[in-house]
Amino acid sequence: MTASRVAESLLALSQQEELVDLPKNHPLSVSEDEEDSDRERKHQKLLEAISSLDGKNRRKVAERSEAGLKVSEFNVSSEGSGEKLVLADLLEPAKTSSSPSLATVKKQLNRVKSKKTVRLPLHKEEVERILRELAFNKTSQVLSKWDPIVLKNRQANQLVFPLEKEQSAFAPIEHVLSGWTARTLLEQKVFNLLHKNKQPVTDHFLTPMEKASLKAMSLEEAKMHQAELQRARALQSYYEARAQREKKIKSKKYHKIVKKEKAKKALKAFEQLGKVNPTVALEKLEKARIMERMSLKHQNSGKWAKSKVIMAKYDLEAHQAMQEQLSKNKELMQKLQIALESEEEERGPEEVEELLIPGVVNKVQMNADGPNPWMLSSCTQDSREAETHEDLEELPEPVAHEVSESEVDEGPVAEEEILLKEFEEWRSLRRRSELSQDAELVGSQETKESSSQEKLSELRAPSQRFKENHQSWKPKASPTGTVPQAHREEPSLEEEEPLLLQRPKRVQTLEELEELEKEECSQSQEFFRPGLEGQQLERNPNNLSNAPKEKKKKEQMLDLQNLLTTKSPSVRSLAVPTTLKEVDDEEERDQKQMIKEAFAGDDVIKDFLKEKRDTIEASKSKDMDLTLPGWGKWGGMGLKPSAKKRRHFLIKAPGPPRKDKNFPNVIINEKRNIHAAAHQVQVLPYPFTHHSQFERTVQTPIGSTWNTQRAFQKLTTPKVVTKPGHIIKPIKAEDVGYWSSSRSDLSVMQRYPKQLSMSHKKQLKKNSVD
Amino acid sequence: METAPKLGRDVPPKKDKLQAKRKKPRRYWEEETAQSAAGASPGPPSNKKRNQELRPQRPKNTHILKKSRISKKLQVPKKPRERKNPESQRSLSGAQDPFPGPAPVPVDVVQKFCRIDKSKKLPRCRSKTRNRLKVAETEEEETSVTAARSELLLAEEPGFLEGEDGEDTAKILQADIVEAVDIASAAKHFDLNLRQFGPYRVNYSRTGRHLAFGGRRGHVAALDWVTKKLMCEINVMEAVRDIRFLHSEALLAVAQNRWLYIYDNQGIELHCIRRCDRVTRLEFLPFHFLLATASETGFLTYLDVSVGKIVAALNARAGRLDVMTQNPYNAVIHLGHSNGTVSLWSPAVKEPLVKILCHRGGVRAVAVDSTGTYMATSGLDHQLKIFDLRGTYQPLRARTLPQGAGHLAFSQRGLLAAGMGDVVNIWAGHGKASLPSLEQPYLTHRLSGPVHGLQFCPFEDVLGLGHSGGITSMLVPGSAEPNFDGLESNPYRSRKQRQEWEVKALLEKVPAELICLDPRALAEVDVISLEQKKKERIERLGYDPEAKTPFQPKPKQKGRSSTASLVKRKRKVMDKEHRDKVRQSLEQQQQQQEQQQQQQHKQEKAKPMRARPSALDRFVR
Repeated sequence: MTASRVAESLLALSQQEELVDLPKNHPLSVSEDEEDSDRERKHQKLLEAISSLDGKNRRKVAERSEAGLKVSEFNVSSEGSGEKLVLADLLEPAKTSSSPSLATVKKQLNRVKSKKTVRLPLHKEEVERILRELAFNKTSQVLSKWDPIVLKNRQANQLVFPLEKEQSAFAPIEHVLSGWTARTLLEQKVFNLLHKNKQPVTDHFLTPMEKASLKAMSLEEAKMHQAELQRARALQSYYEARAQREKKIKSKKYHKIVKKEKAKKALKAFEQLGKVNPTVALEKLEKARIMERMSLKHQNSGKWAKSKVIMAKYDLEAHQAMQEQLSKNKELMQKLQIALESEEEERGPEEVEELLIPGVVNKVQMNADGPNPWMLSSCTQDSREAETHEDLEELPEPVAHEVSESEVDEGPVAEEEILLKEFEEWRSLRRRSELSQDAELVGSQETKESSSQEKLSELRAPSQRFKENHQSWKPKASPTGTVPQAHREEPSLEEEEPLLLQRPKRVQTLEELEELEKEECSQSQEFFRPGLEGQQLERNPNNLSNAPKEKKKKEQMLDLQNLLTTKSPSVRSLAVPTTLKEVDDEEERDQKQMIKEAFAGDDVIKDFLKEKRDTIEASKSKDMDLTLPGWGKWGGMGLKPSAKKRRHFLIKAPGPPRKDKNFPNVIINEKRNIHAAAHQVQVLPYPFTHHSQFERTVQTPIGSTWNTQRAFQKLTTPKVVTKPGHIIKPIKAEDVGYWSSSRSDLSVMQRYPKQLSMSHKKQLKKNSVD
Repeated sequence: METAPKLGRDVPPKKDKLQAKRKKPRRYWEEETAQSAAGASPGPPSNKKRNQELRPQRPKNTHILKKSRISKKLQVPKKPRERKNPESQRSLSGAQDPFPGPAPVPVDVVQKFCRIDKSKKLPRCRSKTRNRLKVAETEEEETSVTAARSELLLAEEPGFLEGEDGEDTAKILQADIVEAVDIASAAKHFDLNLRQFGPYRVNYSRTGRHLAFGGRRGHVAALDWVTKKLMCEINVMEAVRDIRFLHSEALLAVAQNRWLYIYDNQGIELHCIRRCDRVTRLEFLPFHFLLATASETGFLTYLDVSVGKIVAALNARAGRLDVMTQNPYNAVIHLGHSNGTVSLWSPAVKEPLVKILCHRGGVRAVAVDSTGTYMATSGLDHQLKIFDLRGTYQPLRARTLPQGAGHLAFSQRGLLAAGMGDVVNIWAGHGKASLPSLEQPYLTHRLSGPVHGLQFCPFEDVLGLGHSGGITSMLVPGSAEPNFDGLESNPYRSRKQRQEWEVKALLEKVPAELICLDPRALAEVDVISLEQKKKERIERLGYDPEAKTPFQPKPKQKGRSSTASLVKRKRKVMDKEHRDKVRQSLEQQQQQQEQQQQQQHKQEKAKPMRARPSALDRFVR
């Protein structure tokens, strides 16, 4: 070991020597005595080295020597001299001598001077880290190119492998046909025909003649079109140039003149318009007014106006301008009234004319063409009012006008009567009004649908005149749909008929009518009475007859009793099956009675309700009672925790309300079907976060039972299709349309880190500097 | 519009001259192009007009589906085609497609096939999920459009009987109908006089081609009723309660006095199932291969005929069962009981799914229509009622019959037949599967004996009636579905086809436990177990992986990211969340209090005011 060390040091020493005399290419004039001393020193060194071999004081620091063991690599130690060695000192002799031979040396020295020192190389680990980072960046950048493709492939409905597709060559039909000749007789014949008529054989739409004609015509047309276009373009350019020129004119005077001219023109045009088409002109004015009101342009609100306001105190002109603006504003705002006045003035003569014509005529006219009906209506109102007054006078009496619909219906009828028999019928009319009040009563009752039998019968009993009213009311009310169904079933046609007959004959005395109707009414009474009564009888025991039917409808959902005994709306269907023997109402009633008696013993409803209650109780989850008797209070025999405490510590069982809560006739089992649940999906697949989302995607069936064949095939296409017998190669840049650089990028990535390109090296350097 | 004068013959001569002056060349195709320009002008109004002409019923419904592909598909692709270049549109012959684009599909038909319930609002979802949903929706639209297009193939239309104005169809006799219809249809009306072996029960096979009937006194026969070819005829020397075809016409189940027997179409006894004893009614569920039997002992037994095992035997606890029917929509069995209730059963649940109180007296007959929407019941109280089966189970129509109906049956198109004594009444609604109105019978028929069994024949306008005098096949126009699915139930299938169908049907057999009220429940997620699993997972992991991550403030630049400020920001967010929570809970408490107060108010109102409590009350024992 030690020997080798010594050898090393020796070697280093010899190297040192070489290093020290750096410019060894050219001879240096060194004196001989110096050489001697050098030799001596070396000798001493050698001796020391040898002596140090004994192992006692091996690591003895050398005293001072230029090429010692402990000399650093880079700079010459200047221990002995005590002052730094400067390059200039070394060059002193060279300067003084200024021999041409030294010029080269000088140059070289200068070059050395200009060169900067090389920086310390970085640690190996650091370099590696930087390289890694760089490589990562580069690679990820290269790979990011594939992101869209990956995404596309992931979202694709179907992937087909192998990727490269054979381009199915679509040979154009001309090519196909060119090599084809007519062989058979028929073909030849057909081609002969085609050729004879100069029909296109291969690909052309048009025959040569057609083509020629098309060409010829199209040229002509094209020329015309071109000329037109040219003209238009030229005109446009002229216009543009002119506008440009005019725009560039800076003279205020000129602009003033132009403005004035324009204003004059506008005024003229307006006047013309006013003469020709006054309404349009008026509209224009109106529009201007509206614009003014909207924008307030002339109310000193603009930028210019505001500046003028400031100036107005001192500047008379500015003041004037402002005033002008305001006046203009006023003018614009007022314009309408003036216009209207003028309009009215214009209309003046017309009105004079109109005055000559009776008011009734001009009323219509005014309404028809007057510009503002609101303004003009006032004059006509009086006449109208008068008319209405007249109407009122014509009307028979205020009593008949009271409220009920029936009377409105009868209004005209009453009118007729009065017109025809004013004196005779006065009394009867009075009576009728009373009756109509009765009818009103009935009507209200019926709309309420109380359908109380007694009242009906009462009303029917005293006078049959009522029936007339009743009938007249009936057909009107039925379309409203509020009439109970039992009533609707009444043969309204039969009742309507006499009414229809009556209308023209109404002039006759009422007594006659009564007589006429007696029979029918009695019939109809019979007709619908039993049905109603049957219903009533049935319901009375259930205490339901008094309640209005509207409420009943709601109750139907709730009242079980009612539910089971609901009468069909069509108990009395008009057409009883022919083969069935007709059952009279009485018989039916008897039957019902019998049924009721038969089932009187077993109370089905009660049993059912009890069962329901039991099942509800059984299925209810129990509340949790966490009260501790004696906690915080005295406990013991006979002492119970307070209600407040119990309430506080009672945890109520959660749960949705029962499905059959509102249906008294139903018990729905709330238990979960575990067997079916085993077939259901229990874990949500990946992208879904809520079960409803997933459910939506599986709601459409994909089986062939529910779909057409094509849809079924489309829905069940496999995700990946491979061609049997083909090698599936990894995806290449060419496959997806990256033709150029991506491949080299990839290859770079593969070659790394052995060789880095120049640019990479540069980057590396930059990084290391930072 | 512009071209109108050009096309017209009677154009004023002046104009003609003008044209001549300008020497506008007339091309050989000019008329055509003019027409095409008029027809396919890009101006929207004319286009619209044509659309309207093509499908007059569209504009009413378009607004419903404006967004969807159906309308898009119809209109959008047409425009770009027109815009591209008119030349490409022209075919070699120069003729133009007068109806460009895909054929229009009526929207209401498409709507019929749409199954996604879009009324439900979804919670907010990620873009990925949204994509999936979108894909599902487009798929649904495409499939429904194709399905709607294939409606075209259903060429047959249902017939119907319509009286001349004012004429009552119920008065039309069978003889009249037979006279009016063609020979083939007339042959479908026949009577079998079998007075010897008592009242008959009848059953048609699923294809509607075969008829089996069993008489009370042991007569069992099966025949191809269209050709009248007898398949088998035996006497089992025992009372026959009911008879039913199994999945195909090759197998027959007969409920005899003691046990249930299965015969093949030769009349050879294949099985005697002694576990089903004293069976009164049979019902076969074709998609589950289940034979449901109701017995005198009160048991409802499900027999899987594909494996021969009894799937479930349920005790109805309601005494003797002799009223049974199946809901063809969801394969739920309806039993009628003597206490006026109808109970709904599934083999997976030991208790009735639903119990409905229908009548004051016992239930005599039950029938469910093919869509599973309506149930008709008749009871001893002589009432005939129609119930809504869509969750409410409330009566929709009711009517008292003079004699009460002993047997009920719905046809495929929703006609309701009721046998009352020796009279059969048939009621019809308006349109397919609509509620039959009970006011006026559509048809009536009187038989030679009291009715004992009735069933509408599938795919034929025929009602089969078994009575004490034999069998009657009655013509009921408009009762059956006119179009059959050849793959599902083909009346004209050969033996080979039947065998193939059998294999397919067995492969697609639905497990018995899937029978429940809502057959679409399988497309739903089992929420309860989902929640349970989530909870378990959280417990297992010790944290909620789907929980919201706590707020982590982002570091800020320029020295504002000091630790103190970070903490402050974190605190701020935390406090806000806390405040929200507190606010919510407070609101809830308030609501609860209000509810309680209301309840108390009610109670107080209900109770009369008591005297004030005295101090001595505490000594009261």
